[in-house]
Amino acid sequence: MKAKIYITLKNGILDPQGRAIQQSLQTLGFGTVGDVRLGKFIEVDLSETDTTSAGNCIKAMCEKLLANTVIEEYQYEILEA
Amino acid sequence: MNFGIIVFPGSNCDRDCAHVLSEVMGQTAQFIWHQERSVKGMDAIILPGGFSYGDYLRTGAIARFSPIMDAVVEFAGRGGMVLGICNGFQMLLELGILPGAMLRNRDLSFICEDHYIRVENANTPFTNSCEPGQILKLPIAHAEGNYYTNSVTLSALQANAQIVFRYCDGEGKVTSPANPNGSLDNIAGIRNAAGNVLGLMPHPERGAEYLLNNEDGIYIFRSMIAALEAHQTPQPV
Repeated sequence: MKAKIYITLKNGILDPQGRAIQQSLQTLGFGTVGDVRLGKFIEVDLSETDTTSAGNCIKAMCEKLLANTVIEEYQYEILEA
Repeated sequence: MNFGIIVFPGSNCDRDCAHVLSEVMGQTAQFIWHQERSVKGMDAIILPGGFSYGDYLRTGAIARFSPIMDAVVEFAGRGGMVLGICNGFQMLLELGILPGAMLRNRDLSFICEDHYIRVENANTPFTNSCEPGQILKLPIAHAEGNYYTNSVTLSALQANAQIVFRYCDGEGKVTSPANPNGSLDNIAGIRNAAGNVLGLMPHPERGAEYLLNNEDGIYIFRSMIAALEAHQTPQPV
């Protein structure tokens, strides 16, 4: 199975990189651009066959290493590879 | 006193620390490779600055799981003195020994310049040779020094005098323009509740020698030595 993990700064925490991208997009004329958040995308291959245990495994990885939950939040999806 | 300096792949201030401790302060400094599992009866441990593991994922996030870290956590738990400088501070945050986390600098740039910091608490094993409110000028060199924590933790840090250093101007005023990186409450360094662990972003080891035209960093090392000699912190077994 394959997991796709998305990590972003929590809402309410200033994202200086997202803000710089937002200003750049607006300068380029993309006038409809609102808030921009920059995050990380991580793909993990798992030798798992059960979606639930794969999800639990990814959740543990996020809590322990992949995300710093003081400042970041994470989402993931499990795909049958 | 014997200082153990943990060396990670990507550490680059380890030798500066060893030089200052041995050549300037007359102490013994020993390098401890991150793959080792013992702090070898050291009196104090330093987590040096640098870019451990290339800062991959987050600063300090990979180093935090190095084999030596169990021994460092145990040492700190026994009251052993631990100083984390820059990347070392980031590791202490990732370890959870100190609260909070580092965000990218407010203006996104890597900042490498001298800054003033004010000693907010001179009653610590790291600042006992400073006067309360003393201004130190020390180099900073980081891209992720924008300290963040939630409002509850910030209140606790303030109430327990755990904020040891704050960025200030040359007159000691803690102002927004004197804040180089956007750090919450101008925080440049904090200690743990027990008081035996300090993390700071400025580099005392880069400004601790007459030849370098800056000796302010000596205050921190001198304080540590005085505290160890006075047994202010419980001596590790």
